[in-house]
Amino acid sequence: MAIPTSQRHDPDGLRGPDEPPAGTGKRVFSRRRLLAGGALASFSLPALHELVPHEGLHGGDGDALAAGGHRGHATATGGHEHAAFAGGAGVDHAANGFDPSAMLRDFDWGKTRRLPGGRVLREWEIHARDREIEVAPGVHYAAWTYNGRVPGPTLRCREGERLRIRFVNASTHPHTMHFHGVHSSFMDGVPGIGEGTGGGEIEPGGSFDYEFDAEPFGMHLYHCHVAPLAAHIAKGLYGAFIIDPARGRPEADELVMVMNAFDTNFDFSNEVYAVNTVGFHYQHHPIAVHRDELVRIYLANLVEYDPINSFHLHGNFFHHYPTGTSLEPAELTDIVVQGQAQRCILELRFPKPGRYMFHAHKTEFAELGWTGFFEVG
Amino acid sequence: MEAGSEPVPAHSSRAPAWLLGLAPLALLAVAIAAIAALGAPGLGERNGVPVEELAVERTTLRPGEIALTVRNDGPDPVAVEQVSVNDAYFPFTGGGEIGRLGSRTLSVSYPWVEGEAYEIFLLTSTGATIEATIDAAAESPAVDAGFIGLMALLGIYVGVIPVAIGMLWLPLVRRAGPGLVRGLLAFTVGLLAFLGADALLEGLEIAAAGPQAFGGAALVLLGASGSYLLMAWIEAAMRDRRRRARTAGAGGMHLALLIAVGIGLHNLGEGLLIGSAYAAGALALGAFLVVGFAIHNTTEGLAIVAPLSRTRASPGRLAGLGLVAGAPAVLGAWIGASLFDPSLVSLLFGAGIGAIVQVVVQIWPALRPAAGSRLDGTAFAGLLGGVAAMYATGLLIGA
Repeated sequence: MAIPTSQRHDPDGLRGPDEPPAGTGKRVFSRRRLLAGGALASFSLPALHELVPHEGLHGGDGDALAAGGHRGHATATGGHEHAAFAGGAGVDHAANGFDPSAMLRDFDWGKTRRLPGGRVLREWEIHARDREIEVAPGVHYAAWTYNGRVPGPTLRCREGERLRIRFVNASTHPHTMHFHGVHSSFMDGVPGIGEGTGGGEIEPGGSFDYEFDAEPFGMHLYHCHVAPLAAHIAKGLYGAFIIDPARGRPEADELVMVMNAFDTNFDFSNEVYAVNTVGFHYQHHPIAVHRDELVRIYLANLVEYDPINSFHLHGNFFHHYPTGTSLEPAELTDIVVQGQAQRCILELRFPKPGRYMFHAHKTEFAELGWTGFFEVG
Repeated sequence: MEAGSEPVPAHSSRAPAWLLGLAPLALLAVAIAAIAALGAPGLGERNGVPVEELAVERTTLRPGEIALTVRNDGPDPVAVEQVSVNDAYFPFTGGGEIGRLGSRTLSVSYPWVEGEAYEIFLLTSTGATIEATIDAAAESPAVDAGFIGLMALLGIYVGVIPVAIGMLWLPLVRRAGPGLVRGLLAFTVGLLAFLGADALLEGLEIAAAGPQAFGGAALVLLGASGSYLLMAWIEAAMRDRRRRARTAGAGGMHLALLIAVGIGLHNLGEGLLIGSAYAAGALALGAFLVVGFAIHNTTEGLAIVAPLSRTRASPGRLAGLGLVAGAPAVLGAWIGASLFDPSLVSLLFGAGIGAIVQVVVQIWPALRPAAGSRLDGTAFAGLLGGVAAMYATGLLIGA
């Protein structure tokens, strides 16, 4: 919404440092339910999810929130600690076909085989589909998706590999896949270029193989490029595209965060803001990480209709690698600001246990859904 | 039409009248059932996206809480799923589907600050937004004994006392010659015309802001015509009875009562506005307001006693007239402050207008110097004076 941000008040200064977020209601959590009908289920996610200890997070904590979210100190004007949705965490992830908690560590490595000469060919199949998704408890949005999810699958590969992405348009509208990377013009996924070789705009029922080399390494993107462009992006046709350096990066607990938003009433401003689609999801389901373990966040901003977005972390600083194209961090900071399609890699360790907030320091977005927590155990 | 067609003879059928009346309705029901059973186009599944419309009827603020009473005045059910206040989502209760013409109160937990403005978006299940605004937040009064007492006092200040004081002009009216009495009656008509126009504007404004499903502005006209017809009916019945009883001379009291009823309905509307403005914190309660209303409404007392120049009236009857005209302000203040409903208020404003028009129609013949003659300078001066007096004293209120 294009209304100036208002200040929240805590007139008595009573807000405790470790107060749980406000929010009530039953939780729906179906972490194993991945893309419905997705041809390329991730192999890494369930394993990683089970490896990270998170006792008390899925069960106990949610109940604690429901029971004690409002306890303690009602101030003169009420006792809510944070902006939050009604209905708490009541989004039906099973119906959506994806769960933001699972999405964090869901990297789609595709399928590989050796080409003559020893080079790796990595292949994916991506279907564009129309699908209604729940972006806030009870609020449904007619999204356009890659493989049934928003953001689309996080495509991951290694520098120097040959990539082939088979794109099938199973939507009722023409779409493309436009990758940020180095490639030929007819592989650019832009209408009007490449139609002669079967590319360009892909009509419903059509398909096309995008093929190019994985370069340069870094945190990149893909998205639809059919006009009207803003609408095609805003409706959900985007995803992260990660190219690892040839020699890899240090072992870490890796997380993908695509900052996005939804213009549910079609007025060219957004009603719901989020990381990985569901507003306030990580406020109600904090992200479990280990104390002192290296955490690597692949962060991108895909918010349409607003000029900037940002990521700010409480109680910590992180190394910022803009676009992830250098192995040397550009700065040590606790906030990054991004225009649309800007992205980066953040690396940090949490030295102390506890619950640490992260949110857009465009605070308007924070209170419209873009707020979450890390739970450091 | 053939020249030789014969007129249908009366009572050609032996069927009872009620059956003749019901037959077309039964046929209509059968036709609708048949269309539905055959799945003919035009029934069943609707085309296109649902139309979601909600009107905010009342906003109540308590510490840490904003409550909105909304009514679905669109054709389709609406489910409010989330609520944002000044661009921040806050938990609320009372959500869920609201059927057509249904109403619900949504209670948002929000730390509002007195005097600040709030823009509230109700986000529906389809992602549509319905906007509500609070221009300046102020705590809504709790409806308890103290509040009811305060509203009663307010109604008495602005309704009962000024009207009663205005009626103290009765001795002057009694001493006046026929010309001056006619002038006073014309003054009364001018005053009533001003009140009628004022009520029409207010009523239309309230109706426009409220839900449209019950008729919106049409409710004002409906209320006006309904009350006009009702008043005319009562008036005719009173005239009949008087004729039978041959109680000549009671005409003045009868007219005074009609005027009192018209003014009473007007004061009901005035009470409604005062009460709702007080509940919304938009009313500066002060001596100025009370004095303004007192002067404004004192002229109404004069209007009631104007027809009594040649009529005997006991103090009890006079007090009754005063209460009929003034006490509805108390009732209005209670209703306005506690269960303000735009549709109901529009209808009541309309009722006030209809009553006033009916009274004006009743008085009008008495403004003429002689039966059948034209209005003279006295009458015109009185009419203009009445309008001018209401306008000038209305400036004192500023509420």
